[in-house]
Amino acid sequence: MQEITTKEGFVPNIVAFCCNWCSYAGADLAGSSRLSYPANVKIIRVPCSCRVNPMFVLKAFQRGADGVIICGCHPGDCHYVTGNYYTRRRMAMLFSFLDYLGIERDRTRLEWVSAAEGAKFSAVMNDFVAKVTALGENKKLSDLRVKEGE
Amino acid sequence: MQRIGVFICWCGSNIAATVDVERVADAVKKDQGVVYSATYQYMCSENGQQLIKNAIKEHSLTGIVVGSCSPRMHEATFRKTAEAAGLNSYMVEIANIREHCSWIHKDREEATEKAIILVRTAIAKVNLNAPLSAGESPVIKRALVIGGGIAGIQAALDIAEAGFEVDIVEKNATIGGRMAQIDKTFPTLDCSACILTPKMVDCAQNEKIDILSYSEVEEVKGFVGNFSVKIKRKARFVDEKKCTGCKLCMEKCPSKKGLDEFNMKLNKRPAIYIPFAQAIPNVAVIDPEQCIKLKTGKCGLCQKVCGAGAIDYTQKDEYIERGYGAIVVATGFKPIELNAFNEFGYSENQDVITSLELERIMNAAGPTNGVLLRPSDGEHPKVITFIQCVGSRDTSGCGKPYCSKICCMYTAKHAMLIREKYPDTEVHVFYIDVRTPGKNYDEFFRRAVEQYGVDYIKGMVGKVYNENGKLMVQGSNLIDNEQVLIESDLVVLAAAIEPEPSVRKIATLLTASIDTNNFLTESHAKLRPVESPTAGVYLAGVCQGPKDIPETVSQASACAAKVIGLLVKDKLKTNPCVASANETMCNGCSQCASVCPYGAITYVEKELRVDGKTELRRIASVNPAVCQGCGACTVTCPSGAMDLKGFSSKQIMSEVEEICKR
Amino acid sequence: MKEVESKMLERAKVLLESGEVARVIGWRKGAFCHDPEPASFESVDELKDFVYDYFCGANLSKYLIAESKKEGKTAVFLKPCDTYSFNQLVKEHRINREKIHVIAVECMAKLDIGKIKAKGLSAVTGVEVDGEQVKVQTLYGEAVLSKTEIVLAKCATCNKTHQVKDEEIVLHERPVRDVNRFAEVEALEQMTAEERFKFWREQLSKCIRCNACRNVCPACSCIKCVFDNPQSGVAAKANDDKFEEQLFHIIRAYHVAGRCTDCGECSRVCPQGIPLHLLNRKFIKDIDETYGEFQAGESAEGKTPLTEYRESDLEPKDVLKEGK
Repeated sequence: MQEITTKEGFVPNIVAFCCNWCSYAGADLAGSSRLSYPANVKIIRVPCSCRVNPMFVLKAFQRGADGVIICGCHPGDCHYVTGNYYTRRRMAMLFSFLDYLGIERDRTRLEWVSAAEGAKFSAVMNDFVAKVTALGENKKLSDLRVKEGE
Repeated sequence: MQRIGVFICWCGSNIAATVDVERVADAVKKDQGVVYSATYQYMCSENGQQLIKNAIKEHSLTGIVVGSCSPRMHEATFRKTAEAAGLNSYMVEIANIREHCSWIHKDREEATEKAIILVRTAIAKVNLNAPLSAGESPVIKRALVIGGGIAGIQAALDIAEAGFEVDIVEKNATIGGRMAQIDKTFPTLDCSACILTPKMVDCAQNEKIDILSYSEVEEVKGFVGNFSVKIKRKARFVDEKKCTGCKLCMEKCPSKKGLDEFNMKLNKRPAIYIPFAQAIPNVAVIDPEQCIKLKTGKCGLCQKVCGAGAIDYTQKDEYIERGYGAIVVATGFKPIELNAFNEFGYSENQDVITSLELERIMNAAGPTNGVLLRPSDGEHPKVITFIQCVGSRDTSGCGKPYCSKICCMYTAKHAMLIREKYPDTEVHVFYIDVRTPGKNYDEFFRRAVEQYGVDYIKGMVGKVYNENGKLMVQGSNLIDNEQVLIESDLVVLAAAIEPEPSVRKIATLLTASIDTNNFLTESHAKLRPVESPTAGVYLAGVCQGPKDIPETVSQASACAAKVIGLLVKDKLKTNPCVASANETMCNGCSQCASVCPYGAITYVEKELRVDGKTELRRIASVNPAVCQGCGACTVTCPSGAMDLKGFSSKQIMSEVEEICKR
Repeated sequence: MKEVESKMLERAKVLLESGEVARVIGWRKGAFCHDPEPASFESVDELKDFVYDYFCGANLSKYLIAESKKEGKTAVFLKPCDTYSFNQLVKEHRINREKIHVIAVECMAKLDIGKIKAKGLSAVTGVEVDGEQVKVQTLYGEAVLSKTEIVLAKCATCNKTHQVKDEEIVLHERPVRDVNRFAEVEALEQMTAEERFKFWREQLSKCIRCNACRNVCPACSCIKCVFDNPQSGVAAKANDDKFEEQLFHIIRAYHVAGRCTDCGECSRVCPQGIPLHLLNRKFIKDIDETYGEFQAGESAEGKTPLTEYRESDLEPKDVLKEGK
């Protein structure tokens, strides 16, 4: 794992959206293989990564999440055939846009995790948490319309 | 307001060793809607389930949260438990505190805190749950098979065998397809007609099978179990019921300029014709482009000689509409057009032919009665050069990027048959790779090389040109690293195969997805290879990807098994977690339909009463029998009119909020 | 421009008199010379207030959603940029194309009264444009300004051409501008995340949530906005928090991504002068760079970049370029 500078006592809060067919099962496999990742990652089960509305991501940030990760089936393996292809475009555009607003790019992530990739799920979460921890607390979206000094 | 019961499972020590289950149950006791909370050693056990059932009754619970293992493990179990106690099974939410918590965290404090949040998230969701019930839709117990080649024939026979009615729609005048054109089949070298035509006859004789030849699918409405299909029966100008197939009309027909499609246009046929001797139905058809009577009004010879009185020049296209529960697409393939491949001189030289043309030349019922004669002068060719991968594995944009799969084997077959029948003939084969996986396939290829002395040259051909009546094949031998020039009498091109172009229209009609090469897409490349993503539509044969006869037959039978499994049901249960549009919010903008992989969304004009005014609006309408519940549409909808039952925007938002509370 | 106006008026009269159309959508004189407003003219008589000048910047396409529902045909004057919005609305089935008669009119770039006032001029009574020179008449005298400095932001980088026309009134050839409409977006991209955040915080904090941007935007054509939908989980009424308040512009920009034609109306109407078009242009730029150039509204058919995909699409991490 790469070196990180942890801000004193800071534990980030991470929202992870996992598709039911691949990534949620991948997370289950990480569990049954006892492959640990930080407890501050909390998973929301969605039928497909394409169910994740950018508004959910924005809501998470606005409510104080420090990082949001979306996991789906690998391209070509989507249970619903094409869902993750739409996800890929939507999230590519959303993440770039958030970056444009000043939300650091390491706070958002899209990963393809199959039901067989328990180890990958765990590794991805460890890596993501490390990166978000290094960035520190995210207050930006909830601050966006508050005048400085207010 | 919900009355929620929370049940925290110990899973023996699997959860309880790391998560303080009592603390979890205690922590959520006063949460919104929660009226009961308990823990138990094994919630999935008989006793655990009884505990849940009792609590549902005693506390009049309207929803339950089970903090346990993954929903992928026991969601179905607890749904049944709830249902047994009179609670709607979709009022159950699982908090995964085993795989996502106790098994991956070692610190008891940390794991307990997380378990509390996960349970609270599930409580937040269940607060917004609504009872859902699976709908039902009836099943029409009849199948449609589009395409009457070996794939369609096999599928139809298998479905009929199970007792269901099947219609085969074939656009040509006879069923049989490409296999009927083939002379011999690899790897056994048995005659194609000998194994195919009995199956064609079986189709004709099976009272469950209705062959609609010379017909095309024009319109498809409905959905799985309940398709309504409009079929065009093209005018053949011959009464199918009266024609006896005596062929007298063919003899007498004065117009003999039509090119014989069945023989790859290598010879001519009359304007009225039966495509080949064993055609099913054995009924003549008039080619309106060639028929003198239809073109000028004069002639009418065939009508005069027809003893059965079957000829009817006034026949028009007819349309019939029938209902089907399932549809099998088996539209097959054609060799690609070779006009773009100037280097092989196909268009300029009569003696540069395709492999399928060679099949006809070698066939006893073909244009040369099975004698190997070259098209230009009817001479027996002494040197024959085969070129493989013509347009296959071609990323130049000229051909197809994929491997056509069958060419290596049929080229070996051709080479072998020629050497067997005409041992004085020299046979060369240019190849990139020889691909022969399959039972007895590599052995077959090796026989061509070892036993029959076919000269295999690894390398591509750069040019074929005509020099003093000889075809000069210039290529490279990559193994000897040298240029070779072969003076040939006949050049045979193993042209790539592509899906029959009409499949595009069929795919559109069925809202079945199609890839960039026009192959129909299967629902899952590995696990649902014969199903289209469109429910109730199945794929057999080359329309789904290049394959040979045994594979096609296997896939066709697999389709039949799927179709039978569907038709045997009286009613289909539909997934209740489907999308639906809020009518008053919907803009009718069509964006949702454009991302739906199943074609489940249509638009209706509907009169709505909004704010005291009646307005005609265009509104999205989701067919719950077709929707699979992915949710792609919900995100595309800008107004949020489209939502997904069981995973509604509000529910997910509330889960997000709960996780972010700290 | 006077010539164009008189030709437009002439056509409007003929169309109304002949009964070919039931109404004509154009601009009506306002209280001042610089505030003409979109209007529907149903009789020749009403046309006495008709105007078309350098202040007619408003995009008329969105009005056609309602107008195309009415009895009879509606004629409309559309400037080049407006025709893109028109196409987009037809594509989304919001406008009934058959009931609209589109008269494409030349534009020559419109003026921004705010920019004129910022030059220290007040009580403007009229303008005369001669190429690059603009003679501004005021109650206190006359001044000459450079046109480039006082055109609307949306006109400054516009090279749009008419995409739809049933007939056209174009008398002058429009100069093609050699400008990079993404220059401002690029400048922001060059900043650090902190600087960008500071920029947007300052800009978005000015918002008074008047909804002018939403109301004028032709892509924001929802019958009911998602923020008014209690089922969406973001409606202001259903939430006691500031989600809507804080994320309104971000969600709005996302909702119009791939559909925004860059007509620039949002920035034109914003009373607080927030450069809202820079939010939309970021999406346009990203889409162009990632999925190939796409101009919403060029066609009234086909999918938008966010409702289609390619198997070879880039991953989000590869879309975000390093070094910013």
